[in-house]
Amino acid sequence: MANRKIKVDYLARVEGEGGLLVKIKNDRVVDVQLRIFEPPRFFEAFLQGRDCSEAPDITARICGICPVAYQMSAVHAMENAFGVEVDGPLRALRRMIYCGEWIESHALHVALLHAPDFLGYPDALRMAKDHPGIVERALGIKKAGNEIIALLGGREVHPINVRIGGFYKVPTKRALGPLAETLKRAREAAIENVRWTGELPFPEFEQDYEFVALRHPWEYPMNEGRLVSNRGLTIAVRDFENAFVEEQVPHSHALHSRFANRDGAYLVGPLARYNLNHDRLSPVAREAARTAGLASVCRNPFRSIVVRSVEILYACDEALRLIGEYEMPDRPAVEVRPIAGTGCACTEAPRGILYHRYRLDDRGVIQEAKIVPPTSQNQKVIENDLRQFVQAHIDLPEEMLGLRCEQTIRNYDPCISCATHFLKLKYERD
Amino acid sequence: MGKKRRPRLAVWKFASCDGCQLSLLDCEDELLAVADRVEIAYFLEASRATMKGPYDLSLVEGSITTPQDAERIRKVRKASRVLVTIGACATAGGIQALRNFKDVKEFVSIVYARPDYIETLETSTPISDHVPVDFELRGCPINKRQLLEVIQAYLVGRRPNTPSESVCLECKRRGNVCVMVARGTACLGPVTHAGCGAICPSYDRGCYGCFGPMETPNTASLSREWAHLGATDPEIQRVFRGVNAYADAFRKESEAHGK
Repeated sequence: MANRKIKVDYLARVEGEGGLLVKIKNDRVVDVQLRIFEPPRFFEAFLQGRDCSEAPDITARICGICPVAYQMSAVHAMENAFGVEVDGPLRALRRMIYCGEWIESHALHVALLHAPDFLGYPDALRMAKDHPGIVERALGIKKAGNEIIALLGGREVHPINVRIGGFYKVPTKRALGPLAETLKRAREAAIENVRWTGELPFPEFEQDYEFVALRHPWEYPMNEGRLVSNRGLTIAVRDFENAFVEEQVPHSHALHSRFANRDGAYLVGPLARYNLNHDRLSPVAREAARTAGLASVCRNPFRSIVVRSVEILYACDEALRLIGEYEMPDRPAVEVRPIAGTGCACTEAPRGILYHRYRLDDRGVIQEAKIVPPTSQNQKVIENDLRQFVQAHIDLPEEMLGLRCEQTIRNYDPCISCATHFLKLKYERD
Repeated sequence: MGKKRRPRLAVWKFASCDGCQLSLLDCEDELLAVADRVEIAYFLEASRATMKGPYDLSLVEGSITTPQDAERIRKVRKASRVLVTIGACATAGGIQALRNFKDVKEFVSIVYARPDYIETLETSTPISDHVPVDFELRGCPINKRQLLEVIQAYLVGRRPNTPSESVCLECKRRGNVCVMVARGTACLGPVTHAGCGAICPSYDRGCYGCFGPMETPNTASLSREWAHLGATDPEIQRVFRGVNAYADAFRKESEAHGK
């Protein structure tokens, strides 16, 4: 028993292809590898030479689960390069479509991917046989999120309506009426869903993380803000690459992120957002969190399912607020003229901060692109969690320990397709 | 109920964004019903419970970009009675097939701290380049209604009904004003396979060809029309080099406008 290996060849209920290897020697964990073998797709390489206007549609294809996040980071980075600011109803619509993606992506993870771990099922379809109400409720919430994306974006996966400067077409106020009715029902369901997740059995497991998320002067962060941490980091987005660097590890096709000038991993995603922005949640979301037993800071990653549920509720509530205040703008997009330069942006994808940087020529043709997705930033934290968790539960039977390891990974809702799009290629230029 | 074995469904992933398999989970109203009708025997994104083949229906997402995957798709084919590709990656190589247009000599070195790195093929190719495919469902992403139609069709043993006409016909049926005629917006609709419901023109933009080429598209004529509207060769080339860049008709047309 002293020496053993926990190996999961293909992780299930995550987006993309990955595996896990934990090596134990004399009852000590000696190695942990979150293995990512998703084939690389070289997005940064073929973005070179493309027009800036194509970036939202091309980068959306990095991830079918969170295409809106890629589109948001892409358009904000381009606008940053061109010195354009999008505000008013267009800004509100962007926030609204992002709410849709948070709802859709989080509901997928909470009910279909994560909950089966807590209740002991291999998947949500089998779980639905015993708990039909819970799964149906979550599917209903998810559908409401998808309805926002489909209405504002044209379709749920890879929406087509987002462009630099705004949208191709904006909805009338009246068109949002039926959506508001759907969202009111979803908000009620989301309150129930928070309460339900609060009652799940959680392993005792608290870690002293450094959380990194955006922070905005008055909003729960989505498209804007400064990058902050609970240990005093506070920087503008343009300083992202001074604060964080990426390095390659042999067992992963995704680069690992770490602090540039100090040791340690950092955590991004719902837990970080919640802990750093609890005071920015709407009253209904804050109240639901409290009744579900969440303090204003949560250090147990297994409870991320509750935090995600709180964010679903917040996103329903926020989308309703935005619909209530919406007035149709007189044009669907502000005018944008490309200028040579560099622009960057960081937005809060469902899984955490997503950084884009583009260098452009004076015609708006992309010369260089850099994309740092949330899952690559979380890889180190995931491996640390696994090390700690396995060491603390070394006596669990093999199968149970393996299951718990999978759950530990799923705590982060890792999106391996996102993390692996970007093996670096060097071009030789004449 | 229960006596007859339910048909076994498998969902496979190769190089892709997961969006097409997500479309199945996005069938919020139908998902539980589908799971009743078929046995979900292999679908890693949804379940950790897997069954060995053979499978009655395999849905394949993603393109082939590594030697390992070229091997794996052959095993999937062997284990599958019916194999259907879902989406532009599996059907045409996807956006990642843009690498196919680069001279590999340009990739001088791959910057790595460690050399132990998985091999990547020089090209991203559709599933049909590797194994026989029974049906190809178009789209980037696929349309979830069409996906349900495909599953239903194979459950009862008929061909799926997914029209191969152009997006223009869907656009006319929606009563859209033609974005190209009325506004001079470049639109791939006239040469693009139907299936999305003409979403882009309905949102006042030109189609960018997510569903790939329609049957016998007249791409040359469309390019001439764009040139009249003032599009340059590099611009025309770029439009054809999107998510279906490696689909035969789009590839040839893009090559007619530069290297």
